[in-house]
Amino acid sequence: MEKKKVIEELRQKFSEKIKEVTVQFGDEILLIERDSLLDIVQFLKDKPYSYSMLLDLTCVDYKGQEPRFEMVYHLFSIPNIQRLRIKVRLSEKDLQIDSLTSVWKNANWLEREVYDMFGVNFKDHPDLRRIFMYDGFEGHPLRKDFPLRKRQPRIPLRK
Amino acid sequence: MPTRIQKEASEESLLLNMGPSHPAMHGTIRIMLELDGERILNSEVEVGYLHRGFEKICEHRTYFNLLPYTDRMNYVSPLINNLGYVMTVEKMLGIEVPERAQYIRVIMSELSRISDHLTCLAAMAMECGAFTVFLYNVKAREFIWDVIEETTGARMTTSYIRIGGVRADLHPGYKAVLKKAIVETRKVLKDIHGLLDKNKIYLNRTRDIAVVSPETAISYGWTGPCLRSTGVYYDVRKASPYAVYDQLDFEVPLGERGDNFDRYMVRMKEMEQSLRIIEQAMEKMPSPSPSKLMAEALEPAEAIKASRTKRIEKEIKLSPNLEGSERQKYLDILGTDKKYVVPPKEDTYTSIEGIINHFKFFMRDHGIRPPKGEVYFSVEGGNGELGFYIVSDGTDRPYRLHLRAPCFHIVSALEEMIKGRYIADVIPTFGSTNMIGGELDR
Repeated sequence: MEKKKVIEELRQKFSEKIKEVTVQFGDEILLIERDSLLDIVQFLKDKPYSYSMLLDLTCVDYKGQEPRFEMVYHLFSIPNIQRLRIKVRLSEKDLQIDSLTSVWKNANWLEREVYDMFGVNFKDHPDLRRIFMYDGFEGHPLRKDFPLRKRQPRIPLRK
Repeated sequence: MPTRIQKEASEESLLLNMGPSHPAMHGTIRIMLELDGERILNSEVEVGYLHRGFEKICEHRTYFNLLPYTDRMNYVSPLINNLGYVMTVEKMLGIEVPERAQYIRVIMSELSRISDHLTCLAAMAMECGAFTVFLYNVKAREFIWDVIEETTGARMTTSYIRIGGVRADLHPGYKAVLKKAIVETRKVLKDIHGLLDKNKIYLNRTRDIAVVSPETAISYGWTGPCLRSTGVYYDVRKASPYAVYDQLDFEVPLGERGDNFDRYMVRMKEMEQSLRIIEQAMEKMPSPSPSKLMAEALEPAEAIKASRTKRIEKEIKLSPNLEGSERQKYLDILGTDKKYVVPPKEDTYTSIEGIINHFKFFMRDHGIRPPKGEVYFSVEGGNGELGFYIVSDGTDRPYRLHLRAPCFHIVSALEEMIKGRYIADVIPTFGSTNMIGGELDR
């Protein structure tokens, strides 16, 4: 199934929810509303689109813009050999989004990483903790306002 | 701070730590096990011991000088990491790479893949008690690293593949060294097949242990040999061919059951295919343009002295690793677009244009500046799909760089793989996932 057709059908089904479709360096990018994320990925995961793999999940901090954060999802369809990028914008004041752990299992660790690095909250995530940084680490290192050489306070010895 | 498993574990069961540094495992990773006797009821994997803030550092480095950081991701196959990053930037800039450089890239990434698989299987076999296999594998890896070292000048932190091509042409006597490496690796592969394929101890510890179904593998985002061991046909080199992979003939080996043994077998067969690719690439590679005789060329010191008064017309002897001269080699291996390629050193020191090019390349806010936008590109790494996601804001350093680390997805399935098994099964299962700390924790 061609990618154009997939996007066409998505537009028909979720007309208002898809805010923008752009092409950059040959990759299609879909910008969607936050509340429709789960519906859209579930729709794409099912046949005949078969975007059955969550290739990657990350976040970008556009400091100074509103909304500030942008979640980036890369989906992959093995039978059709296609990648699709879905983006959702999040405002700093209301920094939360639905978790994809019910759809894909690797979303668990990937979302923990985004929570660790950017402080995005994932609704209904079973185990939202830091993954790379230790407990007691202050701040979210990949945010643009986190200095490169910031020192961390000492953590007390564990008993 | 209590971890999840400490909260969830029942009072009768025993909690046991494996790692962060455990003599029977490689890599710094902590596995907390909730045990009933020898059986694992539940487990929790804790990662992040090798987190070095790769993505944060990259936001503060230019596109050119963050390349050495990519070596340190998967440090067993650094050349594939170089390739993945460089091709992502090339996709943004729209650069064409000389054909000879494409073939060199393919040879180098296949050599890296072999060394990656050899290391993985060496560690896996050694942890199961087969120390001979470890020694054989490491021996074969040395022959491969000889080829890499002679050409790139380094064994592991190569930084060899550059934006626009590769840093240096293949070493003059590379064919003999490469052929020797292929012969020796084939011999070792045959030996390992003989030692392990029907070895009862090895089979008992790997056959039907940690079986992963194709659905689970896809749901965890597995790629590479681990996904193929479950029988799913997906290889980036075949699905979306990059470099010259579409002109080379190779097969993608698949497994059937998705257990530890299949993961071993797929890697073994893949190495054989990689050797085939290297042989074909050696045959098909366009020969370099004949290099000029450098006997009459000027010594660098003479040339610099002469250049103060007049323009130098003669060739200049320089950098022995590039067979005497850089500039004439650039056409074969690096391209000549001044915007993206470091100017040849003999130009920098002897002509005003050269020195301007040099400063335009290295000065702050100059150099490589991709257009605004975002890009994702992936290559087939040793562990699977190695993807780079780069957001550019039009300046000389990436606004955001994210690495899709294949073994992050694979290790995230470890808890499920070892659930209900014995402690001893953790060792070969963990070995077969090929966890590489640098890539996992970034």
